[in-house]
Amino acid sequence: MPEIRVTPLGAGQDVGRSCILVSIAGKNVMLDCGMHMGFNDDRRFPDFSYITQNGRLTDFLDCVIISHFHLDHCGALPYFSEMVGYDGPIYMTHPTQAICPILLEDYRKIAVDKKGEANFFTSQMIKDCMKKVVAVHLHQTVQVDDELEIKAYYAGHVLGAAMFQIKVGSESVVYTGDYNMTPDRHLGAAWIDKCRPNLLITESTYATTIRDSKRCRERDFLKKVHETVERGGKVLIPVFALGRAQELCILLETFWERMNLKVPIYFSTGLTEKANHYYKLFIPWTNQKIRKTFVQRNMFEFKHIKAFDRAFADNPGPMVVFATPGMLHAGQSLQIFRKWAGNEKNMVIMPGYCVQGTVGHKILSGQRKLEMEGRQVLEVKMQVEYMSFSAHADAKGIMQLVGQAEPESVLLVHGEAKKMEFLKQKIEQELRVSCYMPANGETVTLPTSLSIPVGISLGLLKREMAQGLLPEAKKPRLLHGTLIMKDSNFRLVSSEQALKELGLAEHQLRFTCRVHLHDTRKEQETALRVYSHLKSILKDHYVQHLPDGSVTVESILIQATAPSEDPGTKVLLVSWTYQDEELGSFLTSLLKKGLPQAPS
Amino acid sequence: LKLGLDILFFQYCLSGHPTLPCNVLKFKSTTIMLDCGLDMTSTLNFLPLPLVQSPRLSNLPGWSLKDGNAFLDKELKECSGHVFVDSVPEFCLPETELIDLSTVDVILISNYHCMMALPYITEHTGFTGTVYATEPTVQIGRLLMEELVNFIERVPKAQSASLWKNKDIQRLLPSPLKDAVEVSTWRRCYTMQEVNSALSKIQLVGYSQKIELFGAVQVTPLSSGYALGSSNWIIQSHYEKVSYVSGSSLLTTHPQPMDQASLKNSDVLVLTGLTQIPTANPDGMVGEFCSNLALTVRNGGNVLVPCYPSGVIYDLLECLYQYIDSAGLSSVPLYFISPVANSSLEFSQIFAEWLCHNKQSKVYLPEPPFPHAELIQTNKLKHYPSIHGDFSNDFRQPCVVFTGHPSLRFGDVVHFMELWGKSSLNTVIFTEPDFSYLEALAPYQPLAMKCIYCPIDTRLNFIQVSKLLKEVQPLHVVCPEQYTQPPPAQSHRMDLMIDCQPPAMSYRRAEVLALPFKRRYEKIEIMPELADSLVPMEIKPGISLATVSAVLHTKDNKHLLQPPPRSAQPTSGKKRKRVGDDVPDCKVLKPLLSGSIPVEQFVQTLEKHGFSDIKVEDTAKGHIVLLQEAETLIQIEEDSTHIICDNDEMLRVRLRDLVLKFLQKF
Repeated sequence: MPEIRVTPLGAGQDVGRSCILVSIAGKNVMLDCGMHMGFNDDRRFPDFSYITQNGRLTDFLDCVIISHFHLDHCGALPYFSEMVGYDGPIYMTHPTQAICPILLEDYRKIAVDKKGEANFFTSQMIKDCMKKVVAVHLHQTVQVDDELEIKAYYAGHVLGAAMFQIKVGSESVVYTGDYNMTPDRHLGAAWIDKCRPNLLITESTYATTIRDSKRCRERDFLKKVHETVERGGKVLIPVFALGRAQELCILLETFWERMNLKVPIYFSTGLTEKANHYYKLFIPWTNQKIRKTFVQRNMFEFKHIKAFDRAFADNPGPMVVFATPGMLHAGQSLQIFRKWAGNEKNMVIMPGYCVQGTVGHKILSGQRKLEMEGRQVLEVKMQVEYMSFSAHADAKGIMQLVGQAEPESVLLVHGEAKKMEFLKQKIEQELRVSCYMPANGETVTLPTSLSIPVGISLGLLKREMAQGLLPEAKKPRLLHGTLIMKDSNFRLVSSEQALKELGLAEHQLRFTCRVHLHDTRKEQETALRVYSHLKSILKDHYVQHLPDGSVTVESILIQATAPSEDPGTKVLLVSWTYQDEELGSFLTSLLKKGLPQAPS
Repeated sequence: LKLGLDILFFQYCLSGHPTLPCNVLKFKSTTIMLDCGLDMTSTLNFLPLPLVQSPRLSNLPGWSLKDGNAFLDKELKECSGHVFVDSVPEFCLPETELIDLSTVDVILISNYHCMMALPYITEHTGFTGTVYATEPTVQIGRLLMEELVNFIERVPKAQSASLWKNKDIQRLLPSPLKDAVEVSTWRRCYTMQEVNSALSKIQLVGYSQKIELFGAVQVTPLSSGYALGSSNWIIQSHYEKVSYVSGSSLLTTHPQPMDQASLKNSDVLVLTGLTQIPTANPDGMVGEFCSNLALTVRNGGNVLVPCYPSGVIYDLLECLYQYIDSAGLSSVPLYFISPVANSSLEFSQIFAEWLCHNKQSKVYLPEPPFPHAELIQTNKLKHYPSIHGDFSNDFRQPCVVFTGHPSLRFGDVVHFMELWGKSSLNTVIFTEPDFSYLEALAPYQPLAMKCIYCPIDTRLNFIQVSKLLKEVQPLHVVCPEQYTQPPPAQSHRMDLMIDCQPPAMSYRRAEVLALPFKRRYEKIEIMPELADSLVPMEIKPGISLATVSAVLHTKDNKHLLQPPPRSAQPTSGKKRKRVGDDVPDCKVLKPLLSGSIPVEQFVQTLEKHGFSDIKVEDTAKGHIVLLQEAETLIQIEEDSTHIICDNDEMLRVRLRDLVLKFLQKF
């Protein structure tokens, strides 16, 4: 029995280091190759020894697919391909291919230069790793080999994010990566066709949340920013360079324009400026509104938002600053935070999830006295706000996607176990689809049933379909044919054609049964009685009385003869071929019961 | 209800223009239009539409018949011995009568030049289907249509001439008017509203995307290397494959390279859109373009480049970007004038995924893929929607102007022809290959300005075609008749035609072609439960057979075979049955039999099963086995067996099964 096997090496009942192994019809595919933000030791990367204990990665894996550029989906890639060793193809979309190496390099710098980690991947390794990447278009069917094909669908979430269909013959799996079912200020909503995969592997970050409308959150955000600058305060928004940053910039830019505000907005330089260029050049990946109007106004060319200089932080008066990184764990955002934290007029808005151990996580959990390096204690008087702008599908969105794709089963990854449990029940009860949530290293096996594609001769098919269109075709009709199997070529032809093709003659098997009847009348009259008897019973059959005195039922021939020795007995000769076996047998037993008394 | 079981496939040829094709394919009961080209050469018969009142044009003398009859002088004007129609220009549409266009299910577009007739088809024929095209094709196609509509609408012309179209009058006109075809079907330009409505029927597709049509046919666009988003199309079912090659290029310019490998194993390859100038080498032409441009500007003259707002212009600007500094021309302004100039330049920069590898890698940096961004930034290239407005303030001479339309019949180019035509210092350089430059220039004669013809057509030439055909080896090639003979002007050049075996099937406008398919099979799926129940047996080495009895299900043109339903449980005798209830369904067929019965073994088998008193007689064709006790006779011949017995069902069935043991079932 064919089966599909799924083993998460990461993101099994967890958020972070997404990495899922899928075996389908003898092909092995690795979905994502991420790192874990919460760990600095071995656990930050997926455990590839699960594969390597049995041999080389390249021998085992047919391909690797990266869903988007976030590090928890691609952060382990150079380690995987250059340090553990993988030389096969790595598939991702064009924007992901463009942006991924930049984020990897950034990650490497922080790890090696700032934290001084040894034995980390090098810049050259990132380059070598990216040489193994094959870029894919949306909806393009990529033939990995003769049997394995993959296809990318738009996922929203971040620039270039994609969901992937993995297909071998009639078996298929869809992996969502991270996705968003509602369009935002800069990206569109995820979409997939009714591709009916055997399995849908979906993220479940917000498995239990039904979020309020995006509009409300946006209004809230703008209101808070506006109020703060109105009373002369400074607003710090820690962000990651790509993704939410662009969305919030568009939001503020349009608000500033509408309200005609003059308060300066700054964007910390470096990555972010470059990032905006990517958005400008990959306009077809943004939402419909931006695509439609980009000639008149490229939304990523900001009028009100200017490059930040570190000296500006000490300027008097209100301002809004977007600074990286997003969790306040290092760099410019942390520097600015330290300067502004003491003033209650100021505000810091955290627009995304913060990992434990970061300053961002501490202030969000209510800590107001922070111990900084050098035993300094920083008292946080500024207002701290959290506002979820993460672009993940919520429970409603996940259910919606399952409804769109119509999978046979669903498998949850990239979420917390408790929340998954809730969603699993919901999916099983409301959608009546079986649902799995394996932990890391745990394998789910799904049996699949395979239909066999064969070529049917047009003649045979036409004959059947023509009869299938007849009104009396209520009873299930049987198609008869012969399947000729030669190498891997399977053809279904009519039995006559099969015989002919193989140069074989038909062997006709015929039966003739003598049925003795007590009847003193002449043969012709007996035949006539047989005819009217059969005619009255066999309403659905074609019963004929031929001029030579014989009777036919379909192709079965009945003749009445008179044996010379006994004038009171007539013998009916019932003759049929093997193909009419059922009817022939039925007729003889029917006739054996005798004929009804003739109405005289 | 569409049953995709037709055996014959047809191609209806609606356009006679080999580079502006419009064919309709009937393939497995699906009606597919391939491209929707608009033949604009018809406009060459019309007078130019000047943007600014032109005394020269408005004072042209009316034309009169040889006998002096001047009743046509309002419609026809004479200029330097040529006669032109003084009217709103009209286009030659694809044939609309050959096939009912409301039955077209889908339209596949190969590139933005081949969709210009789309509004005529989608808006005026009852078309209700879907159009498929790539995103760059749609966006740039929209720009081309927008420009065309704008050119025509901003110069309203009161007169729409029709008298000259009368067949009896047309006969009397001088060439080329006399020979113009289908003039009664020529139409004025569509409106923006029609354009928008037509474009709203397009569904965007990506290269190598497999699109299912009614479950019967799959279509797939492939990169064709000719223009941004340009595609060839594969139209296939499980057993048949048609490749539609339209406007392909093997030269490395800006678009993604042509995908040739996917064209392999085609039953039929339809080949259109080859180069219109097979004798000109595009690289050489670009070189000539640059040197002529430099020469003119150095002598203080202006250069006019009539062009489309997208396509080759990107390559020309890129060449100039590299050339002008080295040629000492960096101070010469380049002007690009078109209502869609800005859009075209902007759109060119955002289609990274549709570009050649070099340009893609620039986007990864991230930098704009085309250097015209830098030309604009450094003020070397300026673009304007028209000559009115800002342009007149900025205009400096000598300069280079890129503007449309290449037919020289409408658009800003008309103004520059009038403005610069009188001076021999100026040069007009023709780069677009769609119009004969001599005909284009005819209404401007006599001209003092220099005319240079540097047609740049990157599409396949005949050498490349023959290489391609050797590579992909289609069983049959179908192409416009123009490609099966040398061009009329070079009738000795036997190398300027398609040479393949078997010879290409050619078509011309308004012809219907039966495509050479021998369709014999259709895909069907055997469901797993049924597959498990099949018992294959090896008949010959390597060939196995299994008889199949199954229920056929057909839905959305997909066929499935499922196991036959289990026979119903024998009903208990409680309910009295009518006699007829047991009548078997005669449609439950038994398999065919094959093989022969070896008499000796058969007799041994009979004995083993308790038959005695067996007698065998030889006959002319075989044997008769007599079971004397049972009064039964079995005639055995090479290809038949006949069991003749009394009405003893038990006996008959026993004998039957013994016979069957020796035979194979089919």
